[in-house]
Amino acid sequence: MQDASRVRVMDAASIDRSITRMAHEILERHKGLSGIGLVGVQTRGVPLARRLAAKLAAIEGAPPPVGVLDINLYRDDLSRIAEHPVLRRTEIPFAVDGATVILVDDVLYTGRTVRAALDALIDLGRPRAIELAVLVDRGHRELPVRADYVGKNLPTAPAETVDVCLEETDGRDEVLIAKAPGAGGGKEEAHA
Amino acid sequence: MKLTSPHLLGIEPLTPAEITLILDTADGFTDIATREIKKVPTLRGKTVVNLFVEPSTRTRSSFELAEKRLSADALNFSTATSSLVKGETLLDTLRNLEAMKPDFIVIRHSEAGAPHFLAKHGRTSIVNAGDGAHEHPTQALLDALTIRRSKGRLAGLRVAIVGDILHSRVARSNVHLLTKMGADVVLCGPPTLLPRGVAALGAKATHRMQEAVEGADVVMMLRIQLERMRGGFFPTLREYAAFYGLDTPRLARAAPGAIVMHPGPINRGVEIMGEVADGSASVILDQVTNGIAVRMAVLYLLAGGNREPAPQER
Repeated sequence: MQDASRVRVMDAASIDRSITRMAHEILERHKGLSGIGLVGVQTRGVPLARRLAAKLAAIEGAPPPVGVLDINLYRDDLSRIAEHPVLRRTEIPFAVDGATVILVDDVLYTGRTVRAALDALIDLGRPRAIELAVLVDRGHRELPVRADYVGKNLPTAPAETVDVCLEETDGRDEVLIAKAPGAGGGKEEAHA
Repeated sequence: MKLTSPHLLGIEPLTPAEITLILDTADGFTDIATREIKKVPTLRGKTVVNLFVEPSTRTRSSFELAEKRLSADALNFSTATSSLVKGETLLDTLRNLEAMKPDFIVIRHSEAGAPHFLAKHGRTSIVNAGDGAHEHPTQALLDALTIRRSKGRLAGLRVAIVGDILHSRVARSNVHLLTKMGADVVLCGPPTLLPRGVAALGAKATHRMQEAVEGADVVMMLRIQLERMRGGFFPTLREYAAFYGLDTPRLARAAPGAIVMHPGPINRGVEIMGEVADGSASVILDQVTNGIAVRMAVLYLLAGGNREPAPQER
């Protein structure tokens, strides 16, 4: 897979700077962290949410609570895919009712994952508001979804794939864009 | 990773990796029971027929609740109301059910092999909810989930299964599962209820309760099925309880922190004393809770086995 057609568009330093900036944007908009909880979408949204919480804690003093959301049970393509994804745990350690929830994911693409995440979250309670933070927005929305906090806007062609690698899940920090003329595959499905 | 078969007919054909997949998936389903809204839209539009040709309340209720929590539509066929009592063959029942286009048939039958018969002759995913004295795979899976959630693992544990091994599909499925996953299984019962040749399944056997329970991490008591005890397998229930009933002194011989399990319904004072069933070592009610999660996981994984390759454009 490590061929010349893969271009690195973010390295560890730029990922870190993007997360820092998103943390400042969150604080600027909310004037603090009261009533705010972060929820990472499995899998790579989870370490990103933890990092964002650590940045917020470094600036504000105390970290916001961080939850974990698995959206697989809410996907709209379950009857179409050959193999159901492995289900992971959903654990939200704060009351969703009345909270301002910031969903965190790695890549925003079609918007279908976010749609599923909204349904999953609303089944857990009635948040006061839900916002969305993503490391990469690669465009090509199929649903009316928009992110509130974006690490990097990355113009892509539909045939390309975007791979977010994080220390916690992949052993290194980088974002790669692959000019893959072949049919979609690899990790990209998870980034819907 | 997915299950290789579109059916769950027994534990015997499963690989350790498949068992782990089912248990990991079930772990993800356990939190749904703790939510305000105990329902997810995953199997919306799917139809499940619960064909219970042998009386069962708790397994059927557990399956039904699992189906409803996954938003599937459940249709119950039970002996009392079905045409099977009117003399219809199982094959005709299958054809009639399949004409209604269900996605799953969950079957409980008094004859071993009935689910395999449906799988062979039909086009629908079959889930075995207990066939004769053969297998009861979802019971073994919920037992394994309960052990794993309590002990953190299955491999290396010593598990004693005590009671009517002869008639028990629960014991058979558990032996298959636990030995595949690397646990040591000891089967125990009176000579009339402990078939010869269980060593072929990879389990040890003893007629002495004390020997079975000694150092056990898990003590699994089986129900004395009073309805099956007309064959003179033991003199009296009192004598059975005296030799094979689990009471506090017997449980004290087990390993520290041992857990007590029972597939239910329990006969208090026969195979298990009230003080043990209600004691701190008992995980009997956790088994009931975990049963729903395991059945949700099985349906979820089998539903993913779409046989036509579908485009994945996300």
